[in-house]
Amino acid sequence: MTEPLLTIDDLRVSFTSDRSRREVLHGISLSVERGKVLALVGESGSGKSVTGLTAMGLLPKQAVVTEGTIRFRGQEITHHVPRSLRGAGIAMVFQNPRAALNPTRRVRDQLADVIRAHRRLDRAALQKRLVELMHQVSITDVTRCLNAYPHQLSGGLCQRIVIAMAVACSPDLIIADEPTTGLDVLTQKSAMDLLLRLTREQDMGMILVTHDLGMAAQYCDDVAVMRHGEIVERGTPETLFRNPRNDYTRRLVAACPNATSLLEVPTDAAARQDSAPALLLEVRNLVKEYQNGFRAVDDVSFSIRQGECLGLIGESGSGKSTISRLVSRLVDADGGEILFNGTPISTVPAEDFYRAPQRRQIQFVFQDAAGSLNPRYTAFRSIVDPLLRMGPVPEGDALAELVVQTARSVGLSEDMLERYPHQMSGGQCARVGIARAIIVSPDLLILDEPTAALDVLVQAEVLALLERLRRERGMSYLFVSHDLHVVRMLCDHAIILRKGQIVEAGRCEDIFRAPQSDYTAQLLEAIPHFHPEGSV
Amino acid sequence: MSAEKHLLPPLVRRIGLRLGAALPALFCVILFTFIMMRVLPGDPAVYFASGPNAGQAEIQELRHKMGLDAPMPVQLLHYLENLATGDLGRSLTTGQSVAQDMHERLPASLELTLTALAFSLLISLPLGLTAAWWSGSKYDQFVRAFCSACFCIPPFVSGILLVYVFYYWLGVAPDPTGRINIFLPQPPRLTGLLLIDSALAGDWTAWHEAAGQLVLPAMTMALFVIAPLTRMTRAAVISVLGADYIRTARAMGLPTWRIMIVYTLRNALMPVLTTVGIVFSTMMGANVLVEKIFSWPGVASYALDALVSSDYAPVQGFILLMACLFILVNLVIDLLLGVLDPRVSVE
Repeated sequence: MTEPLLTIDDLRVSFTSDRSRREVLHGISLSVERGKVLALVGESGSGKSVTGLTAMGLLPKQAVVTEGTIRFRGQEITHHVPRSLRGAGIAMVFQNPRAALNPTRRVRDQLADVIRAHRRLDRAALQKRLVELMHQVSITDVTRCLNAYPHQLSGGLCQRIVIAMAVACSPDLIIADEPTTGLDVLTQKSAMDLLLRLTREQDMGMILVTHDLGMAAQYCDDVAVMRHGEIVERGTPETLFRNPRNDYTRRLVAACPNATSLLEVPTDAAARQDSAPALLLEVRNLVKEYQNGFRAVDDVSFSIRQGECLGLIGESGSGKSTISRLVSRLVDADGGEILFNGTPISTVPAEDFYRAPQRRQIQFVFQDAAGSLNPRYTAFRSIVDPLLRMGPVPEGDALAELVVQTARSVGLSEDMLERYPHQMSGGQCARVGIARAIIVSPDLLILDEPTAALDVLVQAEVLALLERLRRERGMSYLFVSHDLHVVRMLCDHAIILRKGQIVEAGRCEDIFRAPQSDYTAQLLEAIPHFHPEGSV
Repeated sequence: MSAEKHLLPPLVRRIGLRLGAALPALFCVILFTFIMMRVLPGDPAVYFASGPNAGQAEIQELRHKMGLDAPMPVQLLHYLENLATGDLGRSLTTGQSVAQDMHERLPASLELTLTALAFSLLISLPLGLTAAWWSGSKYDQFVRAFCSACFCIPPFVSGILLVYVFYYWLGVAPDPTGRINIFLPQPPRLTGLLLIDSALAGDWTAWHEAAGQLVLPAMTMALFVIAPLTRMTRAAVISVLGADYIRTARAMGLPTWRIMIVYTLRNALMPVLTTVGIVFSTMMGANVLVEKIFSWPGVASYALDALVSSDYAPVQGFILLMACLFILVNLVIDLLLGVLDPRVSVE
């Protein structure tokens, strides 16, 4: 008799406030078996995290389970998860590992807290168990990591510690809620490999909550696609992604960037010219050094032609964001030259650059779409602001007309313009950010991971929008990203950065087909992927 | 450990820098109080002349003797010169040097304020923590009402009420006059803090006596600062409770008390400590009323008496002392914050 480890049956959860009651889960049923990995896939707000939290008994106070049952190892835990089960029976791995650790407590003490919450161990046994755990999560520098505070460790190490906490008391089930969001591809791969290995070794079950279809496909035995608090489709990754039966799943699969996907943009708008357009931006031997002697950017040169898109790829700390700030003249370089339309712009100090005529021509789209908007500005005011500052301001109605027109070109309807950032979705905020950048008709748009915080469907829309704008307006992009597929879809050329230096540069097709450096090959290898056509 | 080797020199340098940066502020305090005392109406010479009928000549002579007929810049120079040698001047009311008076009275004020602070923390921290834990509940509302009530009643009212209830009515408190029964032998003075001195001397009768005298005035002062401390604790705890690491701790099944104390309160202490610094400085200066009600021989009531009788030196000395204390307290709080939060000490 093999009863599943965890069974959720017709689970309904509502969020209540004084006046209203909103159901966020409308009857979820699923089960996880030992040694198996189940993926819960969906966009933000689809209820996948709430499902995980309910199983842990960690719902916020306003949320109540109105119907359904959750059984774990045959025991009913719907309304109350006993403390002895949390950590020792079911454990959870959270996203944003650094924030998930107590900042004022050493790693050693935090791990010991978890172990001692469930077992009585003397000092020697405890120490032995700690070292054992560190080895289990493949940390070699055991003493330093145990004695460190979380802020002294890298994001990848913090995630390993969080995983170590989760497996510390040998639970039977691990719920991993977006465990690799915010980590770069290589770290992401090693964290996922580790989780998978531990699951198999210790014969645990795992629920992987993610919005990354590629990850679900690569690591899971079973996938449940969630939308609006319901499971719309369920099956093995092969059947689900090869023949999605549900319409939503189909759209999700289509939107997910992979090794072969292309942007769907009508190509008749502007056929590519054969003659090379003029050079727009030239960067020569750029150097940026921080006060502690750390070279964030080390002798980097590249150029962008009119209407071209250059991708800047690298893990966190590779200097890609610093380069984007140097080129957009928000930060001063310590060496090298930046030529814009043949004019050196690196000679103007960053703090005076707002007065330079080139400010208008070089605009920026920021990573955190919602965070980069003034919370007290409506969308209209945010979009119009650069125009008012840099001019020329059209007379009277023409100004409002221009804003509406720009908003429309990024897919924002007129009634959205009166909204504040908190009243808009992530995708809408991203559109406002793009509209704000293009209203002054810049020649060069610097995009710093503009889609990193967005769901796949929204990301696909924003990418298509960017591609359309580029063709219509002939803008050039410097596109910073750690997502190689996204870069390949949008860019003609790409640069791979590592530790501030260029590892590889060239045409995207060439890089992706035949990477020249080991590092690039490694990066490509690490991307979680699925093959809808079963090819490659 | 190697970390300590690294830590010490910057720490010392930081203390030095902070104290150095305080010097201009101190000079401004000195200048301001000096000018203020002389601009305010009231002539110490008239006040200290033999009587209301003292002749013009006698007053003139007194004024000359006190150096008050010299131009103000010259007086200031004299004052600064004396300060440099550690001479704060002489009080005309007590006839002793101000430094001597301060030396006698400051421990009384410190003991009172520190005890009051300890009382208020003992009450506020648990109150704030539990109110935040069950925020929005009836209990939370009760705590809020209690805080408002404490804050609304001025110390002289609550002091008199406490005396009325515990001394006059219930008779459990000793009579509210001074720090210790003057007929008891005083413990040998080491720190000037009676509780510590008597404990060191092993004189437990004196300790009980002094503690008994201390409870009511300290409680009166504590009541007044419970509100800001509790509210600050509650707000800090609520923001910490929303943090990811609290959720992690819950998910790992840690015992509730450990989550409350080690994970929540520990991380919420930083803003509370900053508030403690502000509250302590305010208490030191504002405990005049409490000292008056309980005939507490502290520095604040001493300064008030001097101010009323236009006795320049004690007032100037008092304000200078308060400024120094303020700077010291802030420095200590700053260093404590570095100890509490490992992320601060790294810089």
